[in-house]
Amino acid sequence: MAVDKNMKVLVVDDYRTMLRILRNLLRQLDFRNVEEATDGTEALQKLKESNFGLVISDWNMEPMTGIQLLRHVRADEKLKRIPFIMVTAESKPENVVAAKQAGVSNYIVKPFNAQTLKMKMASVLGDF
Amino acid sequence: MPQRKIDVARLLTELRNRFGDTVKVEEVAKVVGALLASGTGDVAGMSRKIYAELEALNRYIQSAKAEIASLRPDEVTDEYLPAASVELDAIVEATAEATNSIMDATEIMERVADKLEGEDQEALMDATTQIYEACGFQDITGQRISKVVKALNEIETKVDALVAAFGSELRKVEKEVKAVPEEASGEAPADEDLLNGPQVSGEGISQDEIDRLLADFD
Repeated sequence: MAVDKNMKVLVVDDYRTMLRILRNLLRQLDFRNVEEATDGTEALQKLKESNFGLVISDWNMEPMTGIQLLRHVRADEKLKRIPFIMVTAESKPENVVAAKQAGVSNYIVKPFNAQTLKMKMASVLGDF
Repeated sequence: MPQRKIDVARLLTELRNRFGDTVKVEEVAKVVGALLASGTGDVAGMSRKIYAELEALNRYIQSAKAEIASLRPDEVTDEYLPAASVELDAIVEATAEATNSIMDATEIMERVADKLEGEDQEALMDATTQIYEACGFQDITGQRISKVVKALNEIETKVDALVAAFGSELRKVEKEVKAVPEEASGEAPADEDLLNGPQVSGEGISQDEIDRLLADFD
């Protein structure tokens, strides 16, 4: 089944610069329906208010971190099936394991390139 | 001369009751001093070795206090550490501004690329992608600098705790060190005193203000 590039994508990061980078890279991949949040709390609110097809989230944010957001998403009956990609500078194996145990769909370590982003998105959404 | 007896156990219990398990170095020095005083003139009842150890401990504490005071821990917590944090925050701010300027320009390039076709379009789009990817440095450096700022805050807390542990005597020495008169005011600042840039936002003056200031000399 073809990937719906009009799906809403939520990018979550406390660095405005990174939000802008992700938005631009997603636009180059033809995903233009992008919304932003600067921490897990704001992200969760947005996820409950609208239908999103993908979450791309940083880990290290306050007050709600990326993994806390992930756990909330996976515990919510309506949200639990949303693909969730963690994009973070946390590159220790224990982080990856914890994210996997919390139900992450894929994991990208910063700094990353557009090709990696595309590959990880394709792995959770299907080829596009 | 009769030996003045000191009930060490009682002294220690009193200290523990007053300060818990964390006792100020100053109080430890008092206990050591009291023990030494009690043995003065008649050390027969006290092992000479223990006496010597206590005396050495007392000297060590006094010397450590003087050394720490001369390091001016107040300067470290009041000036150097806060100044370092401000500079690091300014780096994050400046790199964020620069990164956003780069992306402003790149987004214009991308719009131009949309109007092109074929290889030219592809080459320009690839270039913009690479610029966006490279802009990720700001996020990484920002996070690293935040970690350094946190470490500086930790050091500040530890130094504060050290100063508190050494108590009022340390502050007394600090005041004495501070009391040394500074250079007479009204004289032109030394060259090294002028090396404080780049200034953080709000600390320096704008180019317009500099121009006006220079014009005042004409």
